[in-house]
Amino acid sequence: MKMKLATVALSALIAAGPALADLTFPSLSYRTGAYAASGIPFADGYADYFTLLNERDGGIGGVKANVLECETGYNTEKGVECYESTKGQGALVYQPLSTGITYQLIPKATADGIPIHSMGYGRTSAKNGKVFSNVFNYPANYWDGASGAVNYLLEINGGDIKGKKIALVYHNSAYGKEPIRTLEELSKKHGFELSALPVDHPGQEQKSQWLQIRRDKPDYVLMWGWGVMNQVAVQEAANIRFPMENFIGIWWSGSENDVLPAGDAANGYKALTFHNVGTDFPLFDDLKKYVIDAGKAAGAGDQVGTVLYNRGLYAAMLAAEAAKKAQEISGKADITAADMRDGMEALEITEAKMAELGLPNFGPTFSVSCENHGGDALVGVTQWDATSKTWSLISDFKPTDGEVIGALIEEDSSAYATENNIAPRCN
Amino acid sequence: MSDQLIFATEVILNGLMAGVLYALVALGFVLIYKASGIFNYAQGVMALFAAMTLVGIMNGQVPFAHLINAIFGAHITHFGWNVPALLAIILTMGVMVLLAWAVQQFVMRHLVGQEPIILFMATIGLAYFLEGVADLMWGSEIKTLDVGLPQGLNVWIDDTTYGILGYGFFIDNLDIVATVIAALLVAALVAFSQYTKQGRAMRAVADDHQAALSVGISLNFIWVLVWSVAGFVALVAGIMWGTKSGVQFSLSLIALKALPVLMLGGFTSIPGAIVGGLIIGVGEKLFEFAIGPLVGGATENWFAYVLALIFLVFRPQGLFGEKIIERV
Repeated sequence: MKMKLATVALSALIAAGPALADLTFPSLSYRTGAYAASGIPFADGYADYFTLLNERDGGIGGVKANVLECETGYNTEKGVECYESTKGQGALVYQPLSTGITYQLIPKATADGIPIHSMGYGRTSAKNGKVFSNVFNYPANYWDGASGAVNYLLEINGGDIKGKKIALVYHNSAYGKEPIRTLEELSKKHGFELSALPVDHPGQEQKSQWLQIRRDKPDYVLMWGWGVMNQVAVQEAANIRFPMENFIGIWWSGSENDVLPAGDAANGYKALTFHNVGTDFPLFDDLKKYVIDAGKAAGAGDQVGTVLYNRGLYAAMLAAEAAKKAQEISGKADITAADMRDGMEALEITEAKMAELGLPNFGPTFSVSCENHGGDALVGVTQWDATSKTWSLISDFKPTDGEVIGALIEEDSSAYATENNIAPRCN
Repeated sequence: MSDQLIFATEVILNGLMAGVLYALVALGFVLIYKASGIFNYAQGVMALFAAMTLVGIMNGQVPFAHLINAIFGAHITHFGWNVPALLAIILTMGVMVLLAWAVQQFVMRHLVGQEPIILFMATIGLAYFLEGVADLMWGSEIKTLDVGLPQGLNVWIDDTTYGILGYGFFIDNLDIVATVIAALLVAALVAFSQYTKQGRAMRAVADDHQAALSVGISLNFIWVLVWSVAGFVALVAGIMWGTKSGVQFSLSLIALKALPVLMLGGFTSIPGAIVGGLIIGVGEKLFEFAIGPLVGGATENWFAYVLALIFLVFRPQGLFGEKIIERV
């Protein structure tokens, strides 16, 4: 009997675990809990891209990709548990999908030699590859977002925003406070007046903040929100009749989820982005043929083309391209996490490559190096059309203020290096 | 009037309106606690469940569609019809009554006579179970709730105050509706408990359930009734909050807004919940307006609890709670 049980257990273990030759991409997803509405489309997009590569191309460099999904519920402790339980299964790169989880994983993953890709979130100064050897945050980070918003305002104001009043409505957390320092520096540089209005978690009640905005009459409002805070903010802005075209959210405040509850009132609201929106790209035809219609989609297939689905798909594409680069550098198909890190550090995304992948103008062009783990920091702007219920990219992916951001990154990463006795690399 | 005084008046009015919304959530807690001595941790999730059910019914969504599709390999999501808001509200109320019956039948009935902490723990379990069921039943995407309630700036108030003060006050139409509905709800609850047989039985159980039992009142029925009424209050709160932010899982967190109201108003008083809500609403908004800018803002969440703690120290039973007398 014991023998039988042991055989069954072993068979189950083999069946449940990835094949040794697979390229394993853990997906720390959150399909349950208060933030599931945002977690599901990202996780679907991330998984579906790898399914497409497996079904259409036979994997990456001939090796099948295996997405190892672990539910975090957007909870930092669970995220760390997911990391610990999956890292021994050949994990190549972690996309923690939470700034809190990223902060916890930075020392752990660095010690384990596994790279982290915190795309558009996490520790901004991780862009400095000299200090953060295993953390990558290309193609853009929060400070790029802040600068991208200001640059966009400069552009629509003929290059002059001196004397303009800009209010920042932010989630009162480490994440929400990220852009403040950058915006303060940029306000000194460009002469705009900045006011910062924190909103406590979860953000269901924002009357005080929006009454203040109504009294102060800022020219523009920027938002660093998350979850229910976004929907309430868009509704409150509409309630006080703040011009929606002057209201710009960070990319985590710019999905369909954030604007649909306000209905027509959300029309014209803008959000920053580092990837394109919609399905009007050749790759989506393949996705439909090999994944959705074939019944192999990770979810119900109803999220395809939404902002967060596209973000998950884009993250998977960047991971796959880095894996290809790693295979090229190491000369072997069955790469390790260390090879993957090298691949990420040598990643170069050109428009020709994007077109070849069936994603022309889907994301910014950028290159990664030992010193620069954040790419070229190009940021675009999208706008919501409430009638057609679609987002549109209304600007190109444009450069941000490297001078201001570079100094802040250097300062923050140097402090981290000193605290943690890290000797700068890339010499 | 100085500008600051005008702004403070606007803040107070908005605080009162916000307080009504907090009170709506607190009412559900009070009803169950008053009748059965149970602090219902699941009240916030009940508001979420009620709002999700309402949207699901209105949109003709197939409940448990993901589960059905996964088991039978089907691809059904909607019935293909929409249900008018009023009918959907009535049907949702039916679901909340069923839920109340199920809670009583499968959970609370088996815990009669247990310590209050055990009953509290049971409601924690119920909250998480209900959240999971809501997810399975209706999906986790954010849903738009539109039952026809007006939203946005009240133009009449804006114009009138502008004419008098030179500054137009912002009052949200939805808050005005919430105030009217809360007033009607409280009046209906008072009328129900004072003038109906079931209401009087409910009060008898609240006063002394053993004495009520001895005169032939069915405890089972009364508790199903109490949970149903709490379900109705949860539905009203879910509609108000869901209209503001869309129906989503964080709706269950509105319970956090009710706790300081309960601490202040007492766990057993319906007027206490209303007055407590108003005090908390005005207090937190006024503090944020006057002191918030000096301390970096975002004071509302913690100040509400500070205010409640101050009241608690001087009046542990809350403003309108029954005085706690221990005889030895």
